[in-house]
Amino acid sequence: MQSIIEIISQPWSWYFAGSLIALVMFLLIYFGKTFGFSSNYRILCAACGAGKFADYFNYDWRAQIWNLLFLVGSIIGGWLAATYLSNGGSVQLAASTVSDLSSFGLAPPRGMQPAEIFNFHFLFSLKGFILLIAGGFLVGFGTRYADGCTSGHAITGLSHFQWTSLLAVIGFFIGGLVMTHFILPLIFKL
Amino acid sequence: MKALKFILIGILFGIVMTKSEVISWYRIQEMFRFQSFHMYGVIGTAVALGALMIWGIRKFQLRDIDGNPIVYIPKPKSVVRYIAGGTIFGLGWAMTGACPGPMFVNLGYGYLVFAVIIASALLGTFTYGLLRDRLPH
Repeated sequence: MQSIIEIISQPWSWYFAGSLIALVMFLLIYFGKTFGFSSNYRILCAACGAGKFADYFNYDWRAQIWNLLFLVGSIIGGWLAATYLSNGGSVQLAASTVSDLSSFGLAPPRGMQPAEIFNFHFLFSLKGFILLIAGGFLVGFGTRYADGCTSGHAITGLSHFQWTSLLAVIGFFIGGLVMTHFILPLIFKL
Repeated sequence: MKALKFILIGILFGIVMTKSEVISWYRIQEMFRFQSFHMYGVIGTAVALGALMIWGIRKFQLRDIDGNPIVYIPKPKSVVRYIAGGTIFGLGWAMTGACPGPMFVNLGYGYLVFAVIIASALLGTFTYGLLRDRLPH
């Protein structure tokens, strides 16, 4: 038993992880649902009474409560993985990425996330406000405008050979590439 | 039990996102710099197996647990909303290094700043709801 825990405490390979994501999609489909995480943002807004301000939130969100349960599970899963299934190793980042990120003033990985970025001190700095708060806003806005995120479009939609999802994924990459290569260097220079 | 199964699937999702390091800002940077196959491997495997699964479901006309036919409801036809919305999402994805699901997984992992990032994302969704009628779709 100990050795099984040790084995799964190592970072998982892309093919194992990808297979399990397909399993998650299968289980949700089998239980009569769909795999699309960002619907939760609309559900949460609707549940908080956003329907008083915009019709977009006037819909039967209670029928989607199963998705909120999935969300609660994902938080628990993150905690379980951090607490019981972690060997404390750092992300084995490509050497070229480590080198590129050093130009942003970031040290090589010492954990899951860059400690320089994901802390409250940084969050309330100008850089942190732009990167995390404005960034979060764009994710929440864009995902509903595009009617889906990585799970709904890149995984579910592409699995169904949907053109609309391919367009959304192309959009994800246009935005991601422009930000990574042209805008992030400017933000980190602030 | 009905509720519990969705929590359990969510737990599986959260563990997979964490153990594959998909929740890491570093991995997203690596992906947008084309410096590792990792993220493409994760997404590619999920899509390949997913497509096989959907093919099987259609071929054998499989039904869900309640005996209902499994049908996919296509998203509305449009070009502008997917490109524009997708691009806005992509900008934010490269900034926060997290898409909507991993934001919550990161919170569970212990990165409490994600509570603020999630609040901001919810404000983004709310703003979309307010502006929706004025945006091209």
